[in-house]
Amino acid sequence: MIAFIARLGKAGIHICEAIGRSGWLLVRSIIRKPNFRHGFPALVEQIYSEGVLSLIIILVSGLFIGMVVSLQGYNVLEKFGTTPALGQLVALSITRELGPVVSAILFAGRAGSALTAEIGLMKATDQLSSMEMMAVDPLRRVIAPRFWGGFLSVPVLAVIFTTIAIYGGYLVGVRWLGVDNGAFWSGMQSNVDFRIDIINGIIKSIVFGFAITWIAIFQGYDCVPTAEGISRATTRTVVYSSLVILGLDFVLTAMMMGGW
Amino acid sequence: MLENFVTIRNLQFHYRDRVIFDGVDLDIPRGKITAIMGPSGTGKTTLLRLIGAQLTPDQGTVDVDGQAIHQLSRSELYKARRKMGMLFQSGALFTNLSVFDNVAFPIRENYRLPESMIYDLVLLKLEAVGLRGARHLMPSELSGGMARRVALARALALDPQLIMYDEPFTGQDPITMGVLVKLIKTINDTLGTTSIIVSHDVPETASIADYIYLLADGKIIGHGSPETLQNSSAENVNQFLKGLPDGPVPFNYPCNTLEDDLFEEDRP
Repeated sequence: MIAFIARLGKAGIHICEAIGRSGWLLVRSIIRKPNFRHGFPALVEQIYSEGVLSLIIILVSGLFIGMVVSLQGYNVLEKFGTTPALGQLVALSITRELGPVVSAILFAGRAGSALTAEIGLMKATDQLSSMEMMAVDPLRRVIAPRFWGGFLSVPVLAVIFTTIAIYGGYLVGVRWLGVDNGAFWSGMQSNVDFRIDIINGIIKSIVFGFAITWIAIFQGYDCVPTAEGISRATTRTVVYSSLVILGLDFVLTAMMMGGW
Repeated sequence: MLENFVTIRNLQFHYRDRVIFDGVDLDIPRGKITAIMGPSGTGKTTLLRLIGAQLTPDQGTVDVDGQAIHQLSRSELYKARRKMGMLFQSGALFTNLSVFDNVAFPIRENYRLPESMIYDLVLLKLEAVGLRGARHLMPSELSGGMARRVALARALALDPQLIMYDEPFTGQDPITMGVLVKLIKTINDTLGTTSIIVSHDVPETASIADYIYLLADGKIIGHGSPETLQNSSAENVNQFLKGLPDGPVPFNYPCNTLEDDLFEEDRP
């Protein structure tokens, strides 16, 4: 029993230490005077590799998720004879929940894992140490642009995901299943509130983007610099990010719904 | 001008439960090639990281060019590092940059120079290591020896006063090893830099070093010119320099006697 409590205490201390290290990494990386000469090109490069290169998976997933939601929704609404409300159902479920959450989880799997692996490999091959010895701060040169690149990309990807998913819902609902075109769009227009639904969805994706990139850069920077260590860190990035996204989604939804 | 470029006094450092350095005193004379040698795992690379202030000692002082390197502020430390170059064992080239851009990297990051001047500087550095013709190649297209020479050109990019070589000869074929030995000696003599070589390749290192420190068990077990150490009668110095399989560093990992293990009661 004592041994179990000791193990529990040790695990608790490790978690607190990791949270402290990750917070310190974030502070040292992002709270500093911006360097536009080197920082801006590096940021653009990261937005390309993290955001633009994630577009394919976001577009394809968004399209299919919108189509599935529309198909499922139609089958339920048809029983009650309310298929004209399909547009409203698709738009609300996607803008409020599926858009921000699924795009963030996809981003964590596609770009978050790549970020961790890249930083971990740079650490394992002494690239970060060599930068320090060249009088170049790796936190500023490597970590900060990757953080900002991910942070800025996620909300944009979420908006693109939401847009394409609604279009997917339209293709299935209106073009295939024959829901009235006017009813589909007008139902959506009259029931989706810009402030409550769209802005809140974007706020969620901003928070998710912050959390994912923070987890990804920390796991890469803090990993054991071996093949096994990098593999474990990459896995942790995807698992922790997914869990944090789902947990934060509940908290944020409760706050937004409850008017906290 | 100080006689010693690096002065280390009472250096104490531990990693987890293991003592790496236990009161090490060491001087690196200016303009000379000093070798730090010793068996694997004695903390030779750790010593370089302590000199570069990538690690902080538990106790003791490390002075580099008269500055207590661990007392410097962040900006002062980065300024001091412009005087140092380090050749990492792995080369540590940036895999997403070409050979040219790897060598140009420290110059572009630290100074605002026109690209035409950077071009000239990089070509001169690459010429010094014989790889001007390889400037368009990516690191993945280089052999191990070429990668190390590019890394050397990059370490020279800021014209450092101190160059630290971490295991420069490890895993190299005899020709490449000969090239690296010649390059290190030539660079030291022509540029007047201070060089520290961490290595356990005895003949190559001894052929160019002015002074050798031998490290083992967290302490310096011998130091002097290569000739002095070769003629040393100390058992641990002899074992390392002559590559004897048994001696103060035992061949067998510490354990019970063979009889005890063969006849123990709970054997399978």
